[in-house]
Amino acid sequence: MKLLKKRKPNRSRAGDFAVYIVLALFGWFFVLPLIFAINASLKPLDEIFLFPPRLWVQKPTFDNFADLFVLMGKTWVPFSRYIFNTVFITVVGTLGHIWIASMAAYVLSKYRFPGSRAFFAIVVTALMFAPQVLNIPLYLVMTKLGWVDNVLAIIVPAFAMPMGLFLMKQFMEQIPDVLIEAAKVDGAKEARIYFQIIMPLVKPASLTLAIFSIIRLWNERASNFIYAEELKTLPYALQQIISGGSIARAGVGAAVSMFIMVFPLLFFIFAQSNVIETMASSGIKE
Amino acid sequence: MSSNFDKWKEKKKREAAYTLKSMWKSRVQYAFLAPFAILFIVFYIAPVIISIFFSFTYYNILEPAKFIGLTNYTKLILADDIFLISVQNTFLLAVITGPLGYIMAFLFAWLIHETPKLLRSILVLIFYAPSIAFNMYMIFGTFFSSDAYGWANALLIDWGFINAPILWLTDPKYMMTVIIIVALWMSLGSGFLSFIAGLQTVGVDQYEAGYVDGIKNRWQELWFITLPNMKPMLLFGAVMAIMQSFSFGEVANMLCGNPSTDYKASTVVTHLMDYGSFRFDMGYASAIATILFLAMIFTKKGVNAMLDKVGT
Repeated sequence: MKLLKKRKPNRSRAGDFAVYIVLALFGWFFVLPLIFAINASLKPLDEIFLFPPRLWVQKPTFDNFADLFVLMGKTWVPFSRYIFNTVFITVVGTLGHIWIASMAAYVLSKYRFPGSRAFFAIVVTALMFAPQVLNIPLYLVMTKLGWVDNVLAIIVPAFAMPMGLFLMKQFMEQIPDVLIEAAKVDGAKEARIYFQIIMPLVKPASLTLAIFSIIRLWNERASNFIYAEELKTLPYALQQIISGGSIARAGVGAAVSMFIMVFPLLFFIFAQSNVIETMASSGIKE
Repeated sequence: MSSNFDKWKEKKKREAAYTLKSMWKSRVQYAFLAPFAILFIVFYIAPVIISIFFSFTYYNILEPAKFIGLTNYTKLILADDIFLISVQNTFLLAVITGPLGYIMAFLFAWLIHETPKLLRSILVLIFYAPSIAFNMYMIFGTFFSSDAYGWANALLIDWGFINAPILWLTDPKYMMTVIIIVALWMSLGSGFLSFIAGLQTVGVDQYEAGYVDGIKNRWQELWFITLPNMKPMLLFGAVMAIMQSFSFGEVANMLCGNPSTDYKASTVVTHLMDYGSFRFDMGYASAIATILFLAMIFTKKGVNAMLDKVGT
């Protein structure tokens, strides 16, 4: 054990140094656009169009956020409507997803019944189905259901995201079967076992499903099945402001992008250790 | 002969009866599974089947679908020049961003794992942030904007490398480069998180045994201990990387427009959106989607075979 006292024996000092250099260099690449956005949202107009541009804001101001609130009252569809739509889609979609996926994951992880393994195998394959590829045939499904121009078209498919079921099932496999058997001996019904024993134990996985669902729904542009302006979402509004291109709006655009970025980031920071715990069981075994 | 057949029939009957019985016994389990299963079939499986079905037809939503056999496929491969550009671009994106993004995800996860714990969680946040705030790729639109306010141009002009602004997003010479940079920026997704988590599950005792057995440096440790232990995560990460790199379209669409200049930034997904959402040729769009599905499934098979060789 003396071997492992302080430094791992097979690590060179030069190597450790290189690790930090590489991480620092690439860390910049990944975080720069976000720092850029944060600074842009705090810049007064004359700094946004400075030449040559500066990354860091000189005289920070909240004018852009104030302008955003003025704009909120003035747009044809009240801006608050975009916010409401995004929050509504995210909250309902995420809660429904956790609930429906965890119910399915419970029986798939703890029972064998005809079709159970085949079903899970299909779900694993479906991890590869990118939403963009499914959109065209999905449009036909939505027309049949009469859900075009209806928030259901975004919320309900999100309930059944294959990724959620996959992560939840892998995580539930670790729960010892003895717990469930003991509850059964005490006369608990399946519904009770699910609500009172399983769900409290899989809180890390629930938070992980929440973060993936929030990332997807909070960034949802609602551009595929939604055409009514009053049902559009915040990222859509951001895109309109940015691609609208008017110079006076550049600061407001940055403020909106801050708005979109901050909530999922905060939630991730809050849930990070749970996410890592859950992802530890995310492997696909052949 | 007939008695054999009867026996076989008898056996099948018994099996069917047994299956039915165990299905009835599992009715509570089916009830738990049902909400997910129904939604999953309607919104994920049915679209794939619909897509395969309509790929053999001409269908514009207004008129009933007309069966036209393989015409869509032959037209795609033989007569559609833009599809060829799209395939080239998608292939280029998949070959560069797929493996590179995948290797980057593992490399950074591994390097981050070498750092102390507190720093580790900050670094995870920094590297994963682009996936959380992925709509921020629109910032790249400002960054590579063609006027002098675009950062790339402004800095290059200021440093004296160029005299006139470069049209990053409309000049075919630069479009794909910009898209690849953005794609790499977004490439550390759930696979990366899976790697970070997987690295923490490899037992310390295995490493200790490795030291005793004479593993000399971190590279040997990586190849002989870490990687073989992480095969399931590596497979998960591969599935995610394939999904992301093949379906890259939205970003090209947003940054370069659809159609982009001379269709030079067209990918299979933008081509699909072009036919599906604008020209309403659903049969043709479905054929494109079907080809994309097949390509993804074949790639996954190939990756499986490659991962089998890890650590040997």
